[in-house]
Amino acid sequence: MPVRTLPMRKLKAAALAAALSLGFLAAPAAQAAEGHISIPDTRFSFDGVFGTFDRGELQRGFQVYKEVCAACHSLRLLSYRNLRDIGLSEAEVAAIAASYQIQDGPNDNGEMFERPGRASDRFRKPFANDAAARAANNGALPPDLSVITKARVGGADYIHALLTGYQDPPPAGVTVMEGMHYNKYFPGHQIGMAPPINSDGQLQYADGTRATVDQMARDVSTFLTWAAEPELEQRRAMGVRVILFLVILGGLTYAVKRKVWADVH
Amino acid sequence: MASGLHDSSFTNPVVRWIDQRMPVFTMLQKEYGTFPTPRNFNYFWNFGALAMINLVIMIATGIFLVMNYTPHTALAFESVERIMRDVNYGWLIRYVHMNGASMFFIVVLVHVWRGMYYGSYKAPRELLWILGVVIFLLMMATAFMGYVLPWGQMSFWGATVITNLFSAIPVVGNAIVTLLWGGFSVDNPTLNRFFSLHYLLPFVIFGVVFLHVAALHITGSNNPLGIEPKGPQDTLPFHPYYTVKDSVGIVVYLIVFAVLVFFAPNYLGHPDNYIPANPLVTPAHIVPEWYFLPFYAILRAVPNKLGGVLMMFGAIAVLFVLPWLDRSPVRSMRFRPIAKWAFLLWTVNFFVLMYCGGMPAEEPYVTISRLATAYYFAYFLVILPLLAKVERPLPLPESIAKAVLRGGGPVPGGAAAKPMEKA
Repeated sequence: MPVRTLPMRKLKAAALAAALSLGFLAAPAAQAAEGHISIPDTRFSFDGVFGTFDRGELQRGFQVYKEVCAACHSLRLLSYRNLRDIGLSEAEVAAIAASYQIQDGPNDNGEMFERPGRASDRFRKPFANDAAARAANNGALPPDLSVITKARVGGADYIHALLTGYQDPPPAGVTVMEGMHYNKYFPGHQIGMAPPINSDGQLQYADGTRATVDQMARDVSTFLTWAAEPELEQRRAMGVRVILFLVILGGLTYAVKRKVWADVH
Repeated sequence: MASGLHDSSFTNPVVRWIDQRMPVFTMLQKEYGTFPTPRNFNYFWNFGALAMINLVIMIATGIFLVMNYTPHTALAFESVERIMRDVNYGWLIRYVHMNGASMFFIVVLVHVWRGMYYGSYKAPRELLWILGVVIFLLMMATAFMGYVLPWGQMSFWGATVITNLFSAIPVVGNAIVTLLWGGFSVDNPTLNRFFSLHYLLPFVIFGVVFLHVAALHITGSNNPLGIEPKGPQDTLPFHPYYTVKDSVGIVVYLIVFAVLVFFAPNYLGHPDNYIPANPLVTPAHIVPEWYFLPFYAILRAVPNKLGGVLMMFGAIAVLFVLPWLDRSPVRSMRFRPIAKWAFLLWTVNFFVLMYCGGMPAEEPYVTISRLATAYYFAYFLVILPLLAKVERPLPLPESIAKAVLRGGGPVPGGAAAKPMEKA
């Protein structure tokens, strides 16, 4: 008997697992249908189950956002104080915040006024509203980037691919509309955004890293992933502990179960 | 003993005092302590308890989310992200709630599957089964309205598509849609009433679960052999045997749950729902959550709108009458050589529908959806009624104890009769 039952039990477990995983397969299948452009896989510091954000990458990525993206793209869900998480000191964060003029008010006279930013302020938006953003961008609305890696199939890989996927001139036979740019990875291939990162050495990294197009795209993709999922590291670390605990608890529970059932078979 | 007091068997003076006046301890002892339970459950019988735990997790996390959520079209999306960022462990609470919905459907689908495979819907458990289908319907309504609350693109467009289905109903359809929306489009009043109902329905579910369990404790549980226990040799007290066995299942369930929450929290979701709702921009493909995909495929398989809606609701409605469609006196598919394969094919077919529901409405998926929809209904309406007449079931074992303790008899090997033998 004991020889026979074990594989059977395994078989049942396998059948159950197969049934469940079939259900799970349907979800990515649903997403796969969305676009037929395959996004190249970029290797990031936070890839995999145990990956964490490289602090240098995050800080360089912030620099790219600040000097390039922030001209058009807001990051409205973030506050300057959040930058403590990417390894900046309190003084550095205060200095960054103070370098922006933030509208506040109304004051005692009922007037709005500008003051230097504080760490508790949200990132300043480049445009007062969507209409202003469209007016300045040829009718296109630059999306807010706070959760952009969660909001696009492919996440950080997609952002990196998009930033490095411009092609000028476009492939033969493709006519790009006035004011649009050809991008290999953008759905429909015609994107309103001009290549934001267009040449090596476009900016000077504070830490001396060579600012190649690939490096800048990689750094800002990492930064935006952090912006979208600031809890990622804490989440994974907690997950490891929770699952280790559950595995041990499961072993003990199963042992108790065997002992309780020992007398009825 | 004063007259009018319950005759309590508890000796602890405090417990006894309460129990004499309100015999909750006696009831618990009877229903969860000594409750005679068939001794041959396999691990499929864990899923009822798992569903119960899942409901409690959903209600508990939901209550904390509501403390920080703002049901307003201009603020809902942002308030959800505030929860993720600025509420202590808000990301954990929200991801548990979000993935908890998927876990709930996984658990309940397995629970329903088990009921269908082992014939748990048959007399005398018809009402128990019907209450279960009611719970399933309520769950779907609750999940749908919950998905609308973050007010992302899929929330908005999913709500638009699904509520619009009611407009297919002749005469009153448009009035119903206006009522659901609280206006003439999906907007703030819609979000507000969905929020209200999303908070209400889980407690309704809780009530129906109570009835479901109450009915279960009258008829007793079915078991993998599908034959009734004939005496104490066929049963075990619920505690400690099944409390401990359920505990094993609960830990395994929590591990799967934890993998999703901590390592793939957005895997089962759709990226578009992280784009704030915009009534002016329609997503390329409007796809419901994975647990609605089979029914979505049935909806789209029918070229006529009203027909599609009726078929979709019919796919659930047919479950209500399942006890009367399947007239075979044999419950467990183990002893039904043809029905077993018809049902396993139905199971595969369910996953085919799920797959097609996630695909765009184009060939070959449309044709596959139609064939799969046909088989979905044919199983209930043709195959089961027919098999009840023509199928020759295998001989049933004399009793549970005989089949379990003497190593089998007529139990087919492949289906494994012995749930937990000492290895």
